[in-house]
Amino acid sequence: MIKLTVIELQKIFKKWRTYIGFAAIGLLTAIVQISLYFEGSKYVSMATRSFKDQFVMSGDLMNGYFIANMILNGLFVHIPFLIVLVGGDLLAGEATAGTYRMLVTRPVSRFQILAAKFLAGNIYVLSMIAWLAFTSLGVSILIFGSGEMMILSNGITILAADDILWRFAGAYMVSFISLSTIFSLSFLFSSLVENAIGPIVATMAVLVILLLLSTMEIGILKDIKPYLFPAHMGLWSNYFSDPVDYSELTKSAGILLAHTAVFFGAAACIFQKKDILS
Amino acid sequence: MEKEKIIELTGLTKKFKDLVAVDSLNLNVYKGDVFGFLGPNGAGKSTTIRMMLSLIKPTRGEIKLFGKSLNENRIEILRKIGAIVEKPDFYLYLSAYKNLEILGKISGTDVSEKKIMEHLELVGLEKRYKSKVKTFSHGMKQRLGLAQALLHDPELIILDEPTTGLDPQGMKEVRDLVLYLSKEKGKTVFLSSHILREVELIASRMIIINKGSAQVEGNVKDLLDSQNVSVLLEADKPDEAVNLIEASIWKGRITSRSGNEIVLTAPKETLAALNKYLVENKIEVSAFVPSRSLEEYFLKITEGEGK
Repeated sequence: MIKLTVIELQKIFKKWRTYIGFAAIGLLTAIVQISLYFEGSKYVSMATRSFKDQFVMSGDLMNGYFIANMILNGLFVHIPFLIVLVGGDLLAGEATAGTYRMLVTRPVSRFQILAAKFLAGNIYVLSMIAWLAFTSLGVSILIFGSGEMMILSNGITILAADDILWRFAGAYMVSFISLSTIFSLSFLFSSLVENAIGPIVATMAVLVILLLLSTMEIGILKDIKPYLFPAHMGLWSNYFSDPVDYSELTKSAGILLAHTAVFFGAAACIFQKKDILS
Repeated sequence: MEKEKIIELTGLTKKFKDLVAVDSLNLNVYKGDVFGFLGPNGAGKSTTIRMMLSLIKPTRGEIKLFGKSLNENRIEILRKIGAIVEKPDFYLYLSAYKNLEILGKISGTDVSEKKIMEHLELVGLEKRYKSKVKTFSHGMKQRLGLAQALLHDPELIILDEPTTGLDPQGMKEVRDLVLYLSKEKGKTVFLSSHILREVELIASRMIIINKGSAQVEGNVKDLLDSQNVSVLLEADKPDEAVNLIEASIWKGRITSRSGNEIVLTAPKETLAALNKYLVENKIEVSAFVPSRSLEEYFLKITEGEGK
């Protein structure tokens, strides 16, 4: 199983499309950092304008932590679109290339093949998060330094400098859970068809539709919303509330993990029975 | 003592909705056979091979390989098989060497550099081992397909149209390789090909399938010997020759006539008598070309296809 997973990782990281996500994240974070380097003070001043009458702001709030949090806020909806470029291609790409025939006629079970691909895909997701952590948090601290972190959400929260890093670690970890769910959905779609474009587009379409539904507070949608996975994709932000709402965090993580399990289980059932005709 | 059955298909059937791709196919392949699997396009050859390799599931019937049910012993059986199914497709963004290394590792075989290079050398690709497969011609991919099929030293080699895309020299090399694997290494080879002459040259046993069902199965030599030979003869007086033939034991055997050329079928042992009969009756026979190739036989068996 480890051997198969390593092979799948080699295949993933030898494809240029794998690096689109890394390049996009690198570029976006760099743009944000450069912009804030020159216009950061103005941005903080605008963001805190409504609180200026009640609080006296002292010190430099424009630091690495603040920027990393801002990037995470801005990108968590968009990173899934980068993840599906690889997730949608993992199975369907083999069908398109005709390499299913080589793979499925080897003396390993179909489930092992599928599980190795799923594992490798999740490792890819992890590597994206690690890259995001490096570019947004690591590089931002290097450029802007560290300090207290201001959170602008339902008011203002100031977190002490020594109370922040573990929150980022937690936030990145739980981001993995939500991104893994998106990856699993694209993986499921990928098991259904023989062309990678379909799963990529279908996952994006489902994500957009569910995100829109998650924002609507009407009728039956209101009752369904808590069970739609996009409603829980922002669970990482719990780590930046004080205190951290662990019950909400656990509930969201549970719903996301359940979706992941269902998506993987469905993909496994489909792949086991699939006639390889490509 | 009966030879060990390596492949045993019983009542194998595959339906795709209303289309019956393979219809109650029975066949046996014995240890050491080079088995020719013949049929026109769409006859069900690749579908049968895909079922034998567990790529698709049969609608009905049983597949036994090495005496064991494929359904229940899939992994154990696949460990002993090397195959090319239709066109050889590889990871185009990886080198020939890396492709073999990956496929060898998945097969659970030793993938030392020496072994991979030996197999690349066997198919004449040793100088291109670093090249990405996307730079390969179809023929080169076909050769690489052979290398991957042989890498884990399988007992049964299934080759689906292995010479497609190869030049004449390449075709001969594949033929020689198959004969070498069979005779020197004792491998069993299951070979599907539309190049019937090739099968005739290398297969010991064969089956011809058409529209998903078996037409005939047996030893290549026996099947050919038991058939009438097709003869093309050129006579100076074709009308008279036709009358003579219709008045003889060869009556009703003329299959076509064009100008001075007459084509008829006749048992092999009567050919000399036929020639003598015509000459004795003052017919000058300027050409007398018997044709016994498997292709004639194949065309005869599958005649009417597409009508």
